[in-house]
Amino acid sequence: MRSITDLGREIERLDVEPDPQAAASRLLYLAEEALEHWVEEAREEEPTMESREGFRLLALHRQGAKGDPSFNACRETCREIVYHYNLVTLEPEHAATTHRVEMMRMVCTHLYLFISGKLEVAGLGEFCCSSKPVRLAESEPIRKEA
Amino acid sequence: METKDKYKKVAYYPGCALEGTGHAYNRSTKAVGKALGLDLVEVENWNCCGAMEVKNVDPKLQTYLSSRVMSTAANEMDMDVVMAPCNGCYHNLKKAEYDLKNDDESVEVVAKLSKKAGHKTYEAGQVETIHALDWIKDSIGEEGLKERVKNSLKGLKVANYYGCMYTRPRHIFPEKDAGPGSESTSKPHFMDDLLAAAGAENVEFPLKTACCGGAHTLSDSDTSTKLVLNILKTAKLAGAEVIATECPTCHSGLEMHQIRAEKNFGEKVDIKIMYFTQLIGVALGLSTRKVGVHENISDSRPLLREKGIA
Repeated sequence: MRSITDLGREIERLDVEPDPQAAASRLLYLAEEALEHWVEEAREEEPTMESREGFRLLALHRQGAKGDPSFNACRETCREIVYHYNLVTLEPEHAATTHRVEMMRMVCTHLYLFISGKLEVAGLGEFCCSSKPVRLAESEPIRKEA
Repeated sequence: METKDKYKKVAYYPGCALEGTGHAYNRSTKAVGKALGLDLVEVENWNCCGAMEVKNVDPKLQTYLSSRVMSTAANEMDMDVVMAPCNGCYHNLKKAEYDLKNDDESVEVVAKLSKKAGHKTYEAGQVETIHALDWIKDSIGEEGLKERVKNSLKGLKVANYYGCMYTRPRHIFPEKDAGPGSESTSKPHFMDDLLAAAGAENVEFPLKTACCGGAHTLSDSDTSTKLVLNILKTAKLAGAEVIATECPTCHSGLEMHQIRAEKNFGEKVDIKIMYFTQLIGVALGLSTRKVGVHENISDSRPLLREKGIA
């Protein structure tokens, strides 16, 4: 698998003009790839090939968020990607199609940034002052004393 | 009592941020309340809701801290409703309410700490916690607001940014997603509704609940800046001139990282950031100073003047 930084670069450089429908399909694929990074690297799981509501992206998000509620902060971002994909592919002749793909690119960029940030934090692990178990153990006497 | 009347007098919980970086939000919320004839009674001797810091150390201590605010409102002030304009405070009070209804250990810890602190223990259901958006939407409504508008926001293109804590996690907001008229957790619209009633033109903004990286603003500033930059650029691409906010943390994050993006990445996005209460205040005929527009980092006054709004 290529690095998530390379993935971000492709989202940024993708040319949407000549074929907006193809660009929307590619962006959807790249968003899935971003979620695959999270599932494989942070959760050490095999990314699902299943789909949810007709989209693998939504199934991957669900897999990524299982047991990690903070990952739900990108739930609507994923749904917006699907929404824009539907707009572009169901109404390809619409006057705003190019604009819609541009918006889809921005939303995909957000997903990529969110996941790359989360991966960095997850990579730090639990150590020193950022260690939740240590902090919890320290706070235990306060509660017991009460 | 009908919701409309119930929200006319509420216990006001500004929270720490509104006494600091979110001062303009505090000022504009109070000014709008006064202009709309709504009564805000500040919670006496309120404390921090537990925010991120305490919640990270021990979530049960956060539940207690939030419960103390609600206990004061219910047991010492005899109030039924607590209004928290900050998303973090609103979220934490709602979470405490949920935990005290569903988790025996939380009930036990809160009872012990309340006894030690010497105040009555808060019991789930004693008060209803609402956001500033619910407060105006349900007590005045769009029609009521339209009637009171003296200075329409007509021609002002706004992207409404709700942030990630106003609707998540879904289970602590049982009143949302409850059918017509209720707020949506996937596509919130209360701010859109109110600003449209004040005359603004809301743009289609796909990142209205997206993460701004606020939690990592100190530990990983570059990621936060990139996330904010993307929010600003998306709002601009959507055609917005102003991003309306309803949370002091989101607001400060957007403003500060807008500057940081220019400084560190050389990217300048010319878009203004204003609290929704500032926009409503201006629409109600209040001066920009009265609602603290001069306290924002990005100066929106030239834009408002250009639009003939202020």
